[in-house]
Amino acid sequence: MRTAEPPRSLRPGWALRGLRSLAPALSNFLLQPGGGSADFAYREPGPSAHRRFCELLPQEHRSTEESLHTRVSLEQILSLPELKANPFKERICRVFSTSPARDSLSFEDFLDLLSVFSDTATPDLKSHYAFRIFDFDDDGTLNREDLSQLVNCLTGPGEDTQLSASEMKQLIDNILEESDIDRDGTINLSEFQHVISRSPDFASSFKIVL
Amino acid sequence: MSRQPKSLGEEAGSGVRGQVRSGSPGTGDRSGRRPSKKRAPRAEGAAGRRGAQPGQKERAGGSPGPGSPRRKQAERRRHREELGERGRSSAERTCTERRKKDGRTSLKEQRAPSKKEKEVPRKEETWKRLKKHRSPSLASSASVGESLSEEELARILEQLEDKKKLIATVRSKPWPMAKKLTELREAQEFVEKYEGALGKGKGKRLYAYRMLMAKKWVKFKRDFDNFKTQCIPWEMKIKDIESHFGSSVASYFIFLRWMYGVNLVLFGLIFGLVIIPEVLMGVPYGSIPRKTVPRAEEEKAMDFSVLWDFEGYIKYSALFYGYYNNQRTIGWLRYRLPMAYFMVGVSVFGYSLMIVIRSMASNTQGSASEGESANFTFSFKMFTSWDYLIGNSETADNKYASITTSFKESIVDEQESNKEENIHLTRFLRVLANFLIICCLCGSGYLIYFVVKRSQEFSKMQNVSWYERNEVEIVMSLLGMFCPPLFETIAALENYHPRIGLKWQLGRIFALFLGNLYTFLLALMDDVHLKLSNEEKIKNLTHWTLFNYYNSSGWNESVPRPPLHPADVPRGSCWETAVGIEFMRLTVSDMLVTYITILLGDFVRACFVRFMNYCWCWDLEAGFPSYAEFDISGNVLGLIFNQGMIWMGSFYAPGLVGVNVLRLLTSMYFQCWAVMSSNVPHERVFKASRSNNFYMGLLLLVLFLSLLPVAYAIMSLPPSFDCGPFSGKNRMYDVIQETIENDFPTFLGKIFAFLANPGLIIPAILLMFLAIYYLNSVSKSLSRANAQLRKKIQALREVEKSHKSVKGRTTARDSEDTAKGNSKNATQLQLTKEGTTPHSASQSQTAGKKAQDPGISSSASRITLPVSQHLPVSRPPGVRPDSGQPRPQTHPWRSASGKSAPRPPH
Repeated sequence: MRTAEPPRSLRPGWALRGLRSLAPALSNFLLQPGGGSADFAYREPGPSAHRRFCELLPQEHRSTEESLHTRVSLEQILSLPELKANPFKERICRVFSTSPARDSLSFEDFLDLLSVFSDTATPDLKSHYAFRIFDFDDDGTLNREDLSQLVNCLTGPGEDTQLSASEMKQLIDNILEESDIDRDGTINLSEFQHVISRSPDFASSFKIVL
Repeated sequence: MSRQPKSLGEEAGSGVRGQVRSGSPGTGDRSGRRPSKKRAPRAEGAAGRRGAQPGQKERAGGSPGPGSPRRKQAERRRHREELGERGRSSAERTCTERRKKDGRTSLKEQRAPSKKEKEVPRKEETWKRLKKHRSPSLASSASVGESLSEEELARILEQLEDKKKLIATVRSKPWPMAKKLTELREAQEFVEKYEGALGKGKGKRLYAYRMLMAKKWVKFKRDFDNFKTQCIPWEMKIKDIESHFGSSVASYFIFLRWMYGVNLVLFGLIFGLVIIPEVLMGVPYGSIPRKTVPRAEEEKAMDFSVLWDFEGYIKYSALFYGYYNNQRTIGWLRYRLPMAYFMVGVSVFGYSLMIVIRSMASNTQGSASEGESANFTFSFKMFTSWDYLIGNSETADNKYASITTSFKESIVDEQESNKEENIHLTRFLRVLANFLIICCLCGSGYLIYFVVKRSQEFSKMQNVSWYERNEVEIVMSLLGMFCPPLFETIAALENYHPRIGLKWQLGRIFALFLGNLYTFLLALMDDVHLKLSNEEKIKNLTHWTLFNYYNSSGWNESVPRPPLHPADVPRGSCWETAVGIEFMRLTVSDMLVTYITILLGDFVRACFVRFMNYCWCWDLEAGFPSYAEFDISGNVLGLIFNQGMIWMGSFYAPGLVGVNVLRLLTSMYFQCWAVMSSNVPHERVFKASRSNNFYMGLLLLVLFLSLLPVAYAIMSLPPSFDCGPFSGKNRMYDVIQETIENDFPTFLGKIFAFLANPGLIIPAILLMFLAIYYLNSVSKSLSRANAQLRKKIQALREVEKSHKSVKGRTTARDSEDTAKGNSKNATQLQLTKEGTTPHSASQSQTAGKKAQDPGISSSASRITLPVSQHLPVSRPPGVRPDSGQPRPQTHPWRSASGKSAPRPPH
């Protein structure tokens, strides 16, 4: 009867217990390496991510235990120099936030963000999240409002760089003409991924390094 | 085992067998850890949900994490089955369904988890009640390993594979981290538990041990990989630059770092196999003429001005070719230094070729779909034009501006694609620019030729000044300094997209540098031939000197004369060392010119603009001088050509690679500082994309071009007679023959002689040509097929587009009709089901209702479930309930076999 039991050392908990007490997310995140790239590519986030995350926390929450449960508000995340200049910073935070109000990031969310934007994430994963970032009203498709908002983000906050209404319409028409395969007036995830998968340099630019 | 019969009876009656099996993943483990829970199910009351949840998780086997909506769904479905049908296992079905659903539902379900969470407690109540029933059977499942039938084994194996696949791919799933973690942990627990259980008897231990080792090995590899990435230097510096200047400038620094890595390997090779053995085991300095400074140079040999020119003591050191002795073996290791020297020289090229081609290949792998970019110009501009690495607001502003311009440009292009007069103007300007640049190239070529001729005259004269001695280097450096900006100014006429412009610029500067380099080489070759023609004379002179010394009169014959001091022996000019010195000088002067250019052109200019702006009549920052931009193309090409010189020179000056490593190290820090302190981002920020491979292509070309002169020298120039490891031989490669003849058995020598026979080499070369021709034609036909397929896809897409657009207009009208059609379909389905499986009317009706729900595709299985409820037998392996087999026909056989067959496990 006993023989059905795996050896003690193989049981879950044995191996994980030590790590669990420290930082579950951290240890398990590192469980799957990306594999070093041949030509000196970027390293992936790991302990350094935790350090950066702790820097965002107030002084009293910086212990390892607490930092895993405390959430960092949107404003603090946005003040990160890596995100400061990004026009999609609010969207990025919203997409990765798991809190009910979508306005704060836990450490796991933060790791999530970094892993999607790391070098080792697959192009499919990247394009999936890119789609969610571009989907401003969270309705699962990119409609004309989303696209125009996207154009406004890309052309910057300044008045002089904004496109005029007719240009905007022309642009969105062209984009829909190219990418909207099923002609329903919106771009859905698969259409989006179809386009992105043909882009030569999406994966290399869709990344953030801490 | 004692409780087994009872539980079996229960299960046989209720048909829960499958559930138990599918539930076994965690049960054995949990029951082992917390037996009290199983023995006294009421204890759950206090623990409440916590107690119940693990149980459910166990049963689910592969169900998603707690709190995740998909898991809730799976649970609900299972409840339905248990309550209504008391059916068989749903584990694999859950698995497959989950996989099917993954893509569709995950996105939306993640957004609304809270709503579904409320439903859970109610469900758990019912589950607890159920669990009380089943607790004995659950406990008995601890004996999982013993009574596994083959079918079960196969199923578990299948599940295991699923889990392993999940573990491998969990990173690429678009789930939040918490869910990934729970999924991963569950899958790992399952795998851990069952991998041990799958083995039999004694093999089980071994199997478990092997699994443990495999896991340790994976962990070790992971740690090692992490360690490796930790070792990559200058990560932060480059990241800083990238966020300020965009990825194109950073690509230069990444290239520089790559080059540094390559040079470190080369340095290790040369240093470890040539220089160190020579220093440790070779005859020391001053023992033989080639290792001694000649008498005439002795007094000045330590002056800095002499050392700076790599003369004096440096010339007679292990840094240069001439220092090495032609002894076959040195030291107590009997290390064959000449052989090692030759092989290292060859392997430097071999390694460089291999690493360049390998990184080129890995770069091209990602860029398979190139031709389709024309289809999606707008979408690419829209979705992929932002560089997420930009972290500097100034760069971001530039990027905004460039994106807006590109949008506007493409809109204008789209609106009126016929800009006839503009095209004529641009064409004219481009032709003009090319003409000007060709003029520049010719002029620079002539200038170098002129200077080299002059320097040959200077070299015959005595007392030449410093400028006259270094004229060639100075002129070449000046050309390298002033031509690229000139080209850039001319290229502004052409109005290319910066990415294309960069390539043109790179090509032009490449041509310039190449011309310069080859003119330089030709001059050097002339010099070498001159020296070689003098060699015979010096050889005779040396012989005569020695002869006279030992035979001269006026010495006491009884005492043997002490040997002539090595410094006094007349010796040849040693052209190899001279060439090595030339390359060394060129490298150092190149480095200094680069640094001075950066200091003057960037830093001083930036300081001037920054501080004089307060008291100047116009705006310096926005107006004329402004700040410098980082010159990507010039820097990249400087790096590439420098590397070419290293490759050419390292055979004649083993120390050159060491100097180059130092150079790269300092220039990394210096340029990082300079670019951050005194440069501004490019006005039109653009992404580097795949120009990296362009750099690599240039590097490969330069490598090949620098291989040629070295190979020529090795194969057809006689080495100097009195210096270097190959002295006394007819050709340098004779060292190979010598080794083969003396150190290998004779038959090997014969084989090599046979292989070197031209009768064999020519057919081999022919064969290679044929192979190249064949592969080339194959790749051509493949690419043609590729293009055809692409065309076909495009045509299909067009058809699809038009079809969809036609359909799209009609969809709105037809929407109600389709709804009706659906229900009709469902009833049809129901009818066919009734044809095959006789059921009570009520059951088929519920099935029909379910069939209307498009999400549930397995209505067939639901209909057949009650059948298995009445039959206390196991399904035969391989036949799935939802495979639509006509059950009634098999009834007699199944019931019969059910009685005679061995009892089903559990």
